[in-house]
Amino acid sequence: MSAGAADFEALLREALTPVEPPADLTQRLELTLVNLTELAQEELESWELKAMRDPRNWVRPAAAAVVGASAGSALVALRVRSRHRSRKQQSGNLFELAAHTLQDARYEARRILPGR
Amino acid sequence: MRALFGRRERGYAPHVADVKAPETKAELDARFTELYRAHLRDVYSYSYYRVGNHHDAEDLTEQTFLQAYRHFERALRESNGRPLRPWLIRIAHNLAANFYRDRSRKPESAIEDAGVISAPHTTESLVEGREELKAILTGVQQLPDDRREALIMRFALGMDNREIARALGRTDGATKVLLHRAIRQLEGIVAEDIAEPQLDGRDPA
Repeated sequence: MSAGAADFEALLREALTPVEPPADLTQRLELTLVNLTELAQEELESWELKAMRDPRNWVRPAAAAVVGASAGSALVALRVRSRHRSRKQQSGNLFELAAHTLQDARYEARRILPGR
Repeated sequence: MRALFGRRERGYAPHVADVKAPETKAELDARFTELYRAHLRDVYSYSYYRVGNHHDAEDLTEQTFLQAYRHFERALRESNGRPLRPWLIRIAHNLAANFYRDRSRKPESAIEDAGVISAPHTTESLVEGREELKAILTGVQQLPDDRREALIMRFALGMDNREIARALGRTDGATKVLLHRAIRQLEGIVAEDIAEPQLDGRDPA
């Protein structure tokens, strides 16, 4: 590359300086993406169902013990886990949390797999 | 999901596709967050230089990330470990093309005029007092679309030939030629632009 070409490319690099996005765009975009993920909960659950085919992703203690390793168990585990997460944020009492989680597991198992 | 943007690390730019595929939705979201943080400025810069003003660049950036989020899992799966920046820029490229087609318009103003819209940083302020840089920005706007885009990707985003090739859907060789021709054409435009005022100043008699 000639010196002239190198100089021109240096000027080009200087002219086309990266542009920082405005702060309000960043905030708005992040909020939109968070809202989007929450609104798309149903879609997310179906995605998680696929992931739940891998036993490593199952919530083993309560749900899997109740219903066994079927597609239904994955759904039970998913719903229980989802509720467990939200309760965990609200509850300060571990025993109460465990009791509710087991109750959820029984409820979901009866609802999703009524024959069992 | 609340943790999607919980932790902010400036300048953190991981190679998002270099690690194993995510197994849970939370992992997928975490990976998307990395991609977003690493490349928000790239997408915004590309959009800004492409459309020529901050208002439309914001719209384009927003749409790009929303589109990217929708197809992120598939993109990760199909990336085979390659960086996802070209994919992201290609989304912006396609959206920008639709943007002009839908509104039946071209950029209405040169890049340096866009600085009148309030923003924390404008190219106008950067090139102020540098006639040659202004001439370059004006010249970039006069290039054919593919040449202009290749230059933006190379010089504003710092993408290499391979990344640009992927973003534009071309071969590495064709991209190299495209960049070379874009630079030569721009040099010609800038040289003419700088020479013109001197000619205008001469006494025709």
